[in-house]
Amino acid sequence: MDRTQTFARLLELIEPFNKKGVALSETTSFANDLELDSLTVMDLVANIEDEWDINMPLNILPDLETIGQLADAVLKLKG
Amino acid sequence: MTDLLSKFDPVIAEHSGLIATGVRDPFGVVMDRVLSPTRAIINGRETILVGTYNYMGMTFDEDVIAAGHKALDAFGAGSTGSRVLNGTFAPHIGVEQALKDFYGTSSAIVFSTGYQANLGMVSTLAGKGDYIILDADSHASIYDGCKLGNAEVVRFRHNNTDDLDKRLGRLPAEAGKLVILEGVYSMLGDVAPLTELVAVAKKHGAMTLVDEAHAMGFFGPNGRGVYEEQGLEAEVDFVVGTFSKSVGTVGGFAVSNHPKFEILRLVCNPYRFTASLPPAVAATAEASIRKLMGAKAKRENLWAVSRKLHAGLKAAGFRMATETPESAIIAVLLPDQISTVAMWHQLIEQGIYCNMSRPPATPAGIYLLRCSLSAAHTLDDVDTIISRFIAARESLPTAQAA
Ligand SMILES: Cc1ncc(COP(=O)(O)O)c(C=O)c1O
Repeated sequence: MDRTQTFARLLELIEPFNKKGVALSETTSFANDLELDSLTVMDLVANIEDEWDINMPLNILPDLETIGQLADAVLKLKG
Repeated sequence: MTDLLSKFDPVIAEHSGLIATGVRDPFGVVMDRVLSPTRAIINGRETILVGTYNYMGMTFDEDVIAAGHKALDAFGAGSTGSRVLNGTFAPHIGVEQALKDFYGTSSAIVFSTGYQANLGMVSTLAGKGDYIILDADSHASIYDGCKLGNAEVVRFRHNNTDDLDKRLGRLPAEAGKLVILEGVYSMLGDVAPLTELVAVAKKHGAMTLVDEAHAMGFFGPNGRGVYEEQGLEAEVDFVVGTFSKSVGTVGGFAVSNHPKFEILRLVCNPYRFTASLPPAVAATAEASIRKLMGAKAKRENLWAVSRKLHAGLKAAGFRMATETPESAIIAVLLPDQISTVAMWHQLIEQGIYCNMSRPPATPAGIYLLRCSLSAAHTLDDVDTIISRFIAARESLPTAQAA
């Protein structure tokens, strides 16, 4: 799977949750820039799981701070 | 020095903001006197309790109280020890036998609370390399059990069988899997389609645990819970429950027919590294559980008052969390925090106590006023509750009305 494509699709999935209209980049932080609460994170994760047909274990979420890290994790899980 | 409590400044600000609007603190209610399972003195006023999970109204049952007195006199105030050391007294064995009789299982393990029962079961059953697949709306004790253990944790959309199927299908076929469900979900009071969910779990070779905290005593022919009502006794591997709701005291438990179940006593930390229940509590629980076996009239009344409250609030134009009354939790949806707190405040001023619930405890960011009925409520109580809900709504500025 292509990193650029994955990242682009990820941005599309995140956009509906981007209530503050922050400019999204590799280093955008979920907690600090997007200020996503835990419920929103839950919805986003479920959408990502469906998009790529993967399971994202809850245990790995705390380590994924930025969109770039999330893209890497998706690629890794997709294998 | 970094003040470790400063991370809670946003919560402090939010809570003070709430109180500054002149409402009573929904999270600081004090019952100065408790008159019965359905009445207490709050703020000097006799209040109808409609938010206590005292489903079967057992807290003041004469036999239950007598059993407690007797055990308090005979065994003292506390056990001062773990169940696996000096903390197992005759009443602990007695209450476990009552659970085995109630559930018809070969094993029953009693924990000090339901919260700890979930912590212990979830963290111990699923270990490193295993998978836990849990409903997104699971109780905090289930989520915390996941954090305490070492399994990989996967969540599926609430009560969604296809979603569970899909997620199980993505896991390695040979891996150990535990699917965690609840019979009744306590926020909206909705019942799970356990038949379908458990069938999907079995199809993928997963074991199942069902938390029946909000169903004990009044679902299924023997009051065992939603899993019994849906005919799944041979399918479900582990059932978790609590003494803090229908049983009317405090404590938690897990029951199972698994032949190796008893070993959990030696390997489950939230069981063995904490003191056992006070013997008087174990004795009250035993007496209560034995009475719940034949509590047909209580059960019928609980359903009657639950149905009546749902119908009455719905007819009065409130937005209900479930289309029909599915359990003894009847929840009303409100648009936002301000209107919910205002409504809650009006109700407490009129002598009605219900629960105010908000995110993150609630799913999907919703605000709720939650009523839980008791077998000790009368149909007349329900009329009073409904009319006070209507009066509370009328006393709000129109912008805040539900
Ligand atoms: C679904 C569920 N499980 C477990 C618990 C914990 O029970 P306890 O009050 O005995 O700790 C509760 C109650 O808060 C609950 O709602």
